[in-house]
Amino acid sequence: MTININFLLIPEIVLILGIIAILLISVFINKNSFKFSLYSSLILLIITSFLVLLNYQDSFINNNKLFITNLFIINFKILIIISSILVLLIMENYFQDLKINKFEIPILILFSVFGMLVMISSNNLMSMYLGIEIQSLSLYILASINRKSLKSSEAGLKYFILGALSSAFLLYGCSLIYGFTGSLNFEDIYQKMSVFNNLNIGLIFGLIFVITSLGFKISAVPFHMWAPDVYEGSPTPITAFFTTAPKIAGIALLIRFLFEPFGNFWFDWHQIIIFISIASMILGAFAAIVQDNFKRLLAYSSIGHIGYILIGVVSANDSGIKAIFIYLVIYIFMNFGIFAILLSLKNDNGYIEKISNLSGLGKSNPIVSIVLTIMLFSMAGIPPLAGFFGKFYIFIAAIESKLFVLAIIGVLSSVIAAFYYLRIIKVIYFEENKENLEITLNPNTKFVIYLSALFIILFIFFQSKILELSNFVSYNIIN
Amino acid sequence: MLATFTLFLPLTGYIISFFFLRNSDPKYSQNLTSILIILSSIFSWIILFNIIEYNEVEKINLLNWINSGNLSVSWSLRIDTLTSVMFIVVTNVSAAVHVYSIGYMKNDNSIPRFMSYLSLFTFFMLILVSSDNLLQMFFGWEGVGLTSYLLIGFWYHKKSANDAAIKAFIVNRVGDFGFLIGILGIFIIFDSIYFDEIFSKVYLFKDHKFIFLGNFFSTLDAICLFLFIGAMGKSAQIGLHTWLPDAMEGPTPVSALIHAATMVTAGVFMVSRMSPLFSESSFASDFITIIGATTAIFAATIAITQNDIKKVIAYSTCSQLGYMFFAAGLGAYNSSIFHLMTHGFFKALLFLCAGSVIHAMNNEQDMQKMGGLSKKLPITTLLMWIGTLSIIGFPFFSGYYSKESILHASFFSNNYTGLLSYIIGIITACLTALYSWRLLFLTFHGNNRSDTIDYKDAHESPLIMLIPLIFLAIGSVFAGIFFNDLFLGEFSYNFWNNSIIIEQFHKDYIPFSQSLIIKLSSIIGISLALIFYYYKTDFQEIFYKKFKLLYLISFNKWYFDEIYNFLFVKPSFIVANIFWINGDEKTIDFYGPNGISKIISKISIIFGRFQTGYLYHYAFVMIIGLSGFLTWYLYFKSL
Repeated sequence: MTININFLLIPEIVLILGIIAILLISVFINKNSFKFSLYSSLILLIITSFLVLLNYQDSFINNNKLFITNLFIINFKILIIISSILVLLIMENYFQDLKINKFEIPILILFSVFGMLVMISSNNLMSMYLGIEIQSLSLYILASINRKSLKSSEAGLKYFILGALSSAFLLYGCSLIYGFTGSLNFEDIYQKMSVFNNLNIGLIFGLIFVITSLGFKISAVPFHMWAPDVYEGSPTPITAFFTTAPKIAGIALLIRFLFEPFGNFWFDWHQIIIFISIASMILGAFAAIVQDNFKRLLAYSSIGHIGYILIGVVSANDSGIKAIFIYLVIYIFMNFGIFAILLSLKNDNGYIEKISNLSGLGKSNPIVSIVLTIMLFSMAGIPPLAGFFGKFYIFIAAIESKLFVLAIIGVLSSVIAAFYYLRIIKVIYFEENKENLEITLNPNTKFVIYLSALFIILFIFFQSKILELSNFVSYNIIN
Repeated sequence: MLATFTLFLPLTGYIISFFFLRNSDPKYSQNLTSILIILSSIFSWIILFNIIEYNEVEKINLLNWINSGNLSVSWSLRIDTLTSVMFIVVTNVSAAVHVYSIGYMKNDNSIPRFMSYLSLFTFFMLILVSSDNLLQMFFGWEGVGLTSYLLIGFWYHKKSANDAAIKAFIVNRVGDFGFLIGILGIFIIFDSIYFDEIFSKVYLFKDHKFIFLGNFFSTLDAICLFLFIGAMGKSAQIGLHTWLPDAMEGPTPVSALIHAATMVTAGVFMVSRMSPLFSESSFASDFITIIGATTAIFAATIAITQNDIKKVIAYSTCSQLGYMFFAAGLGAYNSSIFHLMTHGFFKALLFLCAGSVIHAMNNEQDMQKMGGLSKKLPITTLLMWIGTLSIIGFPFFSGYYSKESILHASFFSNNYTGLLSYIIGIITACLTALYSWRLLFLTFHGNNRSDTIDYKDAHESPLIMLIPLIFLAIGSVFAGIFFNDLFLGEFSYNFWNNSIIIEQFHKDYIPFSQSLIIKLSSIIGISLALIFYYYKTDFQEIFYKKFKLLYLISFNKWYFDEIYNFLFVKPSFIVANIFWINGDEKTIDFYGPNGISKIISKISIIFGRFQTGYLYHYAFVMIIGLSGFLTWYLYFKSL
């Protein structure tokens, strides 16, 4: 028992100590401090992930009831760490080319990872809030890290102000919940509320405020407004980071928040999640059609993906949680595959961001364009690629819970969404080459591209393995 | 095991030459596909001899196909006597045609495509005949339809070839639909589509009735009728025969393989395969007899006046298929299959000889422009004689045994359809002799009527084309003697081993007078041809003037195409146009795909406008969303 208690926060403690160490050393290195902090951060993340895995067992451990761990949390932590590793792998060239190779960037990413780990293993409204704030603050800085760019600064500022608003909602919601239950601890709240037949207005307000704030973190409609602007303005690797790790953490926390303290009140919260889910899917499908900026398009696409994931949340059954996990795994690889390609394509004006810049890629660079095409087909959910199975399991879960309307809307919006993915493919293959694209693949990026391409193509062969793994995810969250 | 090889060697040939040898030297694909087919024909002989020796029905399960509710189907082969006989016909004719094509298609641009289609056809045909359930049979059935379409339209740059291909496909659709209804009916009634299970349950449902429009109908009759409609389409029986003459647009080897020896006989095969069913339904059997007999005489009357050498043989095929059907309708399934086999050999021989003539005459197909070719093409002439003697049933040639047995069967069957078909069979035999010898005389004898250059350049075909011809000629001469006892005689009951229903007609010998009539009918036909087309060619003119109406009816194929055009094609064009323009373009497209995509792009522009870039708008939307949720819950709760 004692060993377990020690292990509970060990990954986080090692991570934060490591971050401080890297920060201190980097300050004293004059040359190549970016490279040093980048690679040492990579190593630190790998170590952390080992430490997380070391405690891979499904048992509740309380440490002053502030934190908790179980297999669900561990698996999501691993997902977060994997996506941060991938983002560190693809970022090097970009920042060096733009001459913003500051050693703080990897460190800030690590800080936000630390925040995420804290936030999803929190078992208390306070620790939850602290985790969210740690990750958010680092993200605000990361968004505006390219100080010379007006867009980047604007993105950072917008994110910060709206983020502050959402934090206010969160705190207000927490205080309402505390006020009506007299407790901050998830389990205590659950216990206190289990005597209620219905939620009273105060608790409903608290619930909605917290959902609003978490919805902001995962950029679900109608709290998504920041996402396109911030994604477009931030440096591309940071955008890649935004589309994955914080969203995974947000989803994990949302699931835990809804299923642990409010586990008995599915009837009260499911309508709001259904609305958010439908709105996200539809907006993600429709608004992306007119975009010509690739990053903006991916922002809308990620809003749409969140909509699908929320279907899994509403399903509130085992297979729903499993489906979310599988969806996220696939989503990470699809997303990083596309971003890694985006980060290796340059024209005369620097890194390309417009879809029209891709014209004629099919002829000038067949291999890269085939990989990109596979990613996009997978995003559009075309079998036998991985993206299809992600959606498939989600819809199955919805059907198991008899959410037929939701499943139908999901299918329809994915049909509409397929249009803009296919449009990119059309640009790649069927439009005249207008500019000379230069492709620089550094080994890390290459690794990420091939890894994700292989994952997406071969997923169909080892999906049973992933399904097995996902069995551990769905734990007794649903009582 | 051997059967599996027989079946999949052609498929292998197709896959390799279609996907990998398309752009390489044609001789690879020619050699590959030919060798594989020859191997598979050797295997099929071994299978037949095994069957003769041991008489065992072999069933090979390959793969599961469908498992759904009561329906479970697997890919499986059933090698019984009927299958092995069909294997012989299909693989041997196919092998001959493959080899022949090497010479015939020498100057074509897409030889690998041609060879691979031939192999694919062979594969589908083998699937059809070796299936042990109706669904797999239907797969083969559709597969041969597809390859027939591809091969008729092989020269796709020719409009007439494309039209003929489409026509064949569409007319066959009509028949296939009937077949499909038959299969569904069987599944509903018998709850299975496996032959064994169906046949074992036939006696249970003998008197099964269903109500349609207030009347009782025999279910078995209805099922058999629908199945036979399928057979009519594929085997070009009267009414659904119009595609066969047009199908001659395809290369001649294709006509020999698909439209003479194998695919068109699939209908006969199917009726024989389902013989336990058909023999219980006297109504359907009578219907088959009448249709078969009508087709036999109808096609023969047309063949007399056609000038295109291939069309004559095509109508003759149609007529011979009529023979096979009325034999099957009378219950003489073994005679029917026997005639199928001998016909496969001599008809393929006739077609390939015609191909040889066409080859020699620089693609000229009009017999009126030929004549006197026997001096230029001695071997082809000899082989054509053999084929013709066989088709008219000259004693001891293969056609003699099979046709004679069909006529015997009709003579001994004690009902009016038997009598009718017997009379028609004899008249048709006379007509057969007439048009066959007309073809011989017009093509090979008499004076040449072509442009002199073509005649001068005419030359005997190369050896590679002659060898398959000789092989088929051997078949046409000896197949009858060799198989007569097995198929019809005293061993027949053991030989067929319940794969078809055998009704013994041959206990008595046909009276000598009748035998004389049969033989006399052919002689009359030959003499007529001799008079009209050899000695007194001016009789043609006189005949034409005196019986102009009869001549025109025959020459214009009884106006079937024109009637169909008026009844079906034009009205369906008009209706289709209405649906296309008003229904599809103006309604479905306008409000459907086009309308929706317009709306979608409008909506997405509106969504785009939300994204103003102003921070306070964003914050406003967030707060609107939040208060919206709160309001919803307040309202919801207060209810």
